[in-house]
Amino acid sequence: MRVALFITCVNDTLFPGTGRAVVTLLRRLGCDVEFPRAQTCCGQMHVNTGYPEEGRRLARHFVDVFAEYDAVVAPSGSCAAMVREQYPRLARTPAAAGAPAGEGPPPGSFAAEVAETVPKVYELSEFLVDVLGVTDVGAYFPHRVTYHPTCHSLRGLHLEDRPTRLLEQVRGLELVPLPGADECCGFGGTFALKNPAISAAMCADKVHNVTTTGAEVLCAADNSCLMHIGGTLVRQRAGVRIMHLAEILAATESGDDRTVRG
Amino acid sequence: MNGDATFLGMPAFPANAAVAVRDSQLRYNLRKATHTIRGKRAAAVGELPDWAELRRAGKEIKDHTLRNLERYLVRMEEAVTAAGGHVHWAADAAEANRIVADLVKATGETSVVKVKSMATQEIGLNEALELEGITAYETDLAELIVQLGDDRPSHILVPAIHRNRAEIREIFRERMADWGRAAPEDLTDDPRALAEAARLHLRERFLSTRVAISGANFMIADTGTLVVLESEGNGRMCLTLPETLISVVGIEKLLPSWQDLEVFLQLLPRSSTGERMNPYTSTWTGAVEGQEFHLVLLDNGRTNVLADEIGRQALRCIRCSACLNVCPVYERAGGHAYGSVYPGPIGAILTPQLRGTASKLDASLPYASTLCGACFDACPVAIDIPEVLVHLRGKVRHARVERLGMRAAGWVFNRPARLARAQRLGGRLRRFVPGRLPGPLSAWTDTRDIPDIPPESFRDWWDRTDGGVQ
Amino acid sequence: MTAAGSRELILSRIRSAVAGAGEVEITRAYRTSPDPVRATGLVELLAERVADYRAVVHVVDEGEAVATIAAALARRGATRLVVPEGLPPEWVPGEPVTDDPPLSAAELDGVDGVVTGCAVAIAETGTIVLDAGPGQGRRALTLVPDYHLCVVRAGQIVAGVPEAVGRLDPSRPLTWISGPSATSDIELNRVEGVHGPRALEVVVIR
Ligand code: SF4
Repeated sequence: MRVALFITCVNDTLFPGTGRAVVTLLRRLGCDVEFPRAQTCCGQMHVNTGYPEEGRRLARHFVDVFAEYDAVVAPSGSCAAMVREQYPRLARTPAAAGAPAGEGPPPGSFAAEVAETVPKVYELSEFLVDVLGVTDVGAYFPHRVTYHPTCHSLRGLHLEDRPTRLLEQVRGLELVPLPGADECCGFGGTFALKNPAISAAMCADKVHNVTTTGAEVLCAADNSCLMHIGGTLVRQRAGVRIMHLAEILAATESGDDRTVRG
Repeated sequence: MNGDATFLGMPAFPANAAVAVRDSQLRYNLRKATHTIRGKRAAAVGELPDWAELRRAGKEIKDHTLRNLERYLVRMEEAVTAAGGHVHWAADAAEANRIVADLVKATGETSVVKVKSMATQEIGLNEALELEGITAYETDLAELIVQLGDDRPSHILVPAIHRNRAEIREIFRERMADWGRAAPEDLTDDPRALAEAARLHLRERFLSTRVAISGANFMIADTGTLVVLESEGNGRMCLTLPETLISVVGIEKLLPSWQDLEVFLQLLPRSSTGERMNPYTSTWTGAVEGQEFHLVLLDNGRTNVLADEIGRQALRCIRCSACLNVCPVYERAGGHAYGSVYPGPIGAILTPQLRGTASKLDASLPYASTLCGACFDACPVAIDIPEVLVHLRGKVRHARVERLGMRAAGWVFNRPARLARAQRLGGRLRRFVPGRLPGPLSAWTDTRDIPDIPPESFRDWWDRTDGGVQ
Repeated sequence: MTAAGSRELILSRIRSAVAGAGEVEITRAYRTSPDPVRATGLVELLAERVADYRAVVHVVDEGEAVATIAAALARRGATRLVVPEGLPPEWVPGEPVTDDPPLSAAELDGVDGVVTGCAVAIAETGTIVLDAGPGQGRRALTLVPDYHLCVVRAGQIVAGVPEAVGRLDPSRPLTWISGPSATSDIELNRVEGVHGPRALEVVVIR
């Protein structure tokens, strides 16, 4: 099986440690992961901000880059959801939308390539649990952790309890429930810039809920949301660290996860 | 779209929301109310083992009706007429208001009682009637609170959701006397006492007013039946006692057959008030019990919405308000920030489609969401509100600076080499990034820190170490 | 009074708006007929669900009905009672008020209550449906008085909403009643008692 890492532009640029953690983790599980150098961005920011043409161009690029792999793993719920939910829409031409159901897109078309590639794209916890069939990844992380299930992981991908099942198997880890977990943190991509007052108010409530758990670490499957919540945690000196799910799962007793900390 | 006079000239959503979010009383009222109803809704929905199947049927019945709307509207017209009712067609708000005003005038009356109706709020009927010397008395408790308080509705189901009991008591004590029977001297803020005050205030009005105006939750094309769901009994009063009944109903409210009601009478009450069934549902076909009945079928922009392949799903809406009650943005911004009688997630997709996006406010509505998807999950007719929001964002005019920024980002992302160069530049300049960013980006750093830019991107690390092997 | 052409205008806009759109099939995979489990204990389920709305409920045998009604009316202190045509005369003691000739709204406002039967009752939702038929009267009778006593017979009870819709005749004016009049308009909390009858009492005959 040829497995590609789709690092996502945010992780690539701002959170390379998450990418290194995914590599460490997958190798430990016997999976040889490749990093196609031509990858850039899934196009989510463009599409969700109202620039579908740019988004479509990036979607085409994504499909070109990843079409040849058997599985594509993304350490981001929202980018995986973007690919799964929005690519078919971007590929749907107005004419095709009215076409009788049952007929697939014409072979060789963008829609056909999307239909081919999209099912092979997995969010990290999906890949671990559904494809590799593991929940105990051999990790050790002796800390009190709370998990925020981020909207696109929860309601877009329906990850359900996959991430928490993985966390529950981590040795030493104490998982504490997050009150109001299913509520949005207020990031929403450019929402945070376009509606800063509401975004900050939502984040304040999320941060309040995080601090009431007494957790040392806030974990999520999405660094964008973590960056947003973490930015407020730091500003408030709340004493709670943020960590991507991959980084916790990559951690071991022997410390062979040093690539994570780079 | 006419009407909505009171909302005209409002600033864009972010500015309205920024003011609202600092109103701690409003925040408290909204939070309390929406969280109460969330729990009730979840319980009422969870009780039905076939909720998913009902939701699917609800979606498909609506889509089927919209696809065949012409046929079903004509069928409705025939059935109502055969049952002794009169059917009128209104292409826009002005025409609907004209029709209603003329019908009222023909009766010689100068006052009417009203059942809460979104359609008549949308067309600004009360204001239009006022200009014709006709006073419209709202009879729904929440509408009464809004009318007495010279206020605007802020929720589809509970227009006065932004008011708490103490505020309502004040409004009743100060304003009821101007509109009819005064509030009792010793009125407390106990909801029971407030409901009782409303009962006494409106009682005489119900028993003596000869013309009523309503909307409808559903119209059944096959039989010509109208359906109104309510709680208080003010609806029954208006539908039953007056000699003339005028119902103004959006053309999308149709259902093909009587049987279809079995789906919607399960979906609507559980989604809106979180009850197994609302206290009262009235159905009537044509002119009944000696009443004169007029049905005004309203377009007012709906056919434009219907023409949009993605946007038309908004016409499935049954106005249950579940999407408002679960929306984290609505909970903090309140209904008024949306500048329309349709607030919350449904308003964010319906208003820009009905009114267009020429105004700053209307153009800002598709962005009044984090796309968190809670609304879609809650919607009993499975309207994919985030999908429509994103679709509408693609259609509004963007600010120049944003266009340039997005184009530049697109240019960078189009070539991996450009992305790598941009990342290295960022890495080198990282020490110079200030803690507080300038311009529009200050919106981020006002309340949060920005993450440190790492010295090396992931792709450079991969290249340097050959994927971590070296 | 429609401006000439508005009807045609709207219909033609619709025609062009949906031109070329695909047909939509309707899947009805939800429950439509009573499953055997639910069909038992309908009386008890109805009683429980009606009571959830804070209505007063009595479940009695046929022979106890008259006495139960009389006791309920006595407790309420209701002596001036409206009865619709077709109501079994033994149900209401004394000299009831009839709607013939039709009572004015003000007259209805002056009585102590109304006693009726019903057309259908729905166990799952605790709903009673009146169709203005015999023993029910026109709609105002059960609206203006502040107290409504409704008698339901076991054979009138169905399990769920679909069965009720199937039994009812849409050409008749219908009133679906689930508990006393109520409002959720103040802080989204339910409070019983606004414009409709503030007290609903239901006698279910097994
Ligand atoms: S969009 Fe859906 S959830 Fe919102 S009011 Fe309409 S039907 Fe209800």
